[in-house]
Amino acid sequence: MKKAFARKYLGIPYAIFLILFVIAPLLVLIYYAFTNSTGQFTVKNLVGFFTDPNTIGTLLYSLGLALAVTIVCLIIAYPIAYSLAMSNFNSKAIIVMLFVMPMWINFTLRLTALKEILTAIEGNLAFHPFINSVIGMTYDFLPFMILPLYNTISKLDLSLMEAASDLGADSKQVFLKITLPLSMPGIVSGIAMVFLPAMTNYVVLDMLYNSTYIMGSLIGSYFSAYDWHSGSMIALVLLLIIVAFTLLTGGTEEEDKNRGALL
Amino acid sequence: MKKIIGPVIIVLGLIFVYSPIVILSLYSFTDATTIGAVRGFSLKNYITLFTTPELGSMIWGTVALALVSSLIATVLGTLGAIGSFYSKKRMNSAFGIVNQIPVVNADVVTGFSLCILLVVVFGVSKDTFIPLIVGHVTLSVPFVYLSVTPKLKQMDPSLYEAALDLGASPAVALRKIILPQIFSGVVSGFAMAVTLSLDDYFIATYTKPATFDTISTYVVNATRGSHTEIKTALWALSTVIFLIVVLAAVGMNIYRHKNEEDERREAA
Repeated sequence: MKKAFARKYLGIPYAIFLILFVIAPLLVLIYYAFTNSTGQFTVKNLVGFFTDPNTIGTLLYSLGLALAVTIVCLIIAYPIAYSLAMSNFNSKAIIVMLFVMPMWINFTLRLTALKEILTAIEGNLAFHPFINSVIGMTYDFLPFMILPLYNTISKLDLSLMEAASDLGADSKQVFLKITLPLSMPGIVSGIAMVFLPAMTNYVVLDMLYNSTYIMGSLIGSYFSAYDWHSGSMIALVLLLIIVAFTLLTGGTEEEDKNRGALL
Repeated sequence: MKKIIGPVIIVLGLIFVYSPIVILSLYSFTDATTIGAVRGFSLKNYITLFTTPELGSMIWGTVALALVSSLIATVLGTLGAIGSFYSKKRMNSAFGIVNQIPVVNADVVTGFSLCILLVVVFGVSKDTFIPLIVGHVTLSVPFVYLSVTPKLKQMDPSLYEAALDLGASPAVALRKIILPQIFSGVVSGFAMAVTLSLDDYFIATYTKPATFDTISTYVVNATRGSHTEIKTALWALSTVIFLIVVLAAVGMNIYRHKNEEDERREAA
């Protein structure tokens, strides 16, 4: 059984890698989240997270920001994806690529560009921190919303819409009763691709001078303060939110297809 | 009326996506320090970009990191995908699930937890670059695995068997039969790994040596500082990267087009 031997065991290095650098860090994270600096078991970090008005405020602010970013992305991306999918251009693939291409430019450089433009328009970024953050994240994450929507809408069976309008539905009814429900899979995976990064990508806020913390910035600040225990608790809470969200949006298969499609 | 709306929306979308980059690129050719100021043509930013040693080492450091970590990730992920594909079903799905963790996890959490494990628990110095490289491999290897696996599924299994029956050793059969069939997946996995590494900020922040900067960490620090000369040199950098991306996209399209035509000719 020589051939079965040769191929199966090729996976061993990767299996070891996954155990060492994917599973072990998570276990360490759990250990640190429930211990104090002398290594004793404690729930202080957990209780601290849910009783400290600052961390709860941060959690709420992150959720609010992520919600706003997701809605704005959806409102902008849907008409683009829809027009693209329904258009009769010969070169749809190229236009889709045009929307994806900016993702290949380092996101901090793209944000620099956006920051300079916003500064020229607003004069001082400090006046509208929340709105600027929403604009910055929308600018950053928009392709992640456009792609899954486009993929779903372009595969819709047009005859369903024709049938609906033949049977007397007006264009608004066709959209609300046929097109929109059928694009739900794309909407859900778009939301999954945008909502979670919006809770954690604190660089966008940093670069646009929004000094309010989101969940990601909390980890960053505990990291700077060498407070591994509180930082681990935040990371753990974040991880639970991510797991819950991933399960809620129906697995991850669509998601990596879309992240993969960015190339 | 309806026919116009669609293209208008698409054009507006493209304007939203591209105008900041294009406007910044135009201003990179002037000596202005803010957007909106009307100034004359100048290559000052490009001279700063190509003559400041600090900027040069930061850029080449980022590129080197991307290539090294992507090479490791590609080898590891490809072998992992092959190994997992020929393992028992249960093992295969275990691989799939664990592989998914870094994909869905926030980069902040991945970077922070790796930093605790390697630096705090095991005392590995960040100056060895080990935490940084491990971090970037962890970030990108799942995507190599994910881009190789579908190619393995599409493969015709009888070819490998035939090669063995005809006397090839498993190693030779692997190299000459399996590898060519999954090669496009390996290449796109590698390209994916490079882009992820180049774009990363969070994992680098938590695992890099204090004296080393990637483009992302450098840019974020530069925006906090008040060094206008460096700030506008970064506009030039973003213009250069934009041009490279455009050229790469055009090249890729020509390549794809050619491939499609070849296929069509073969079919005919």
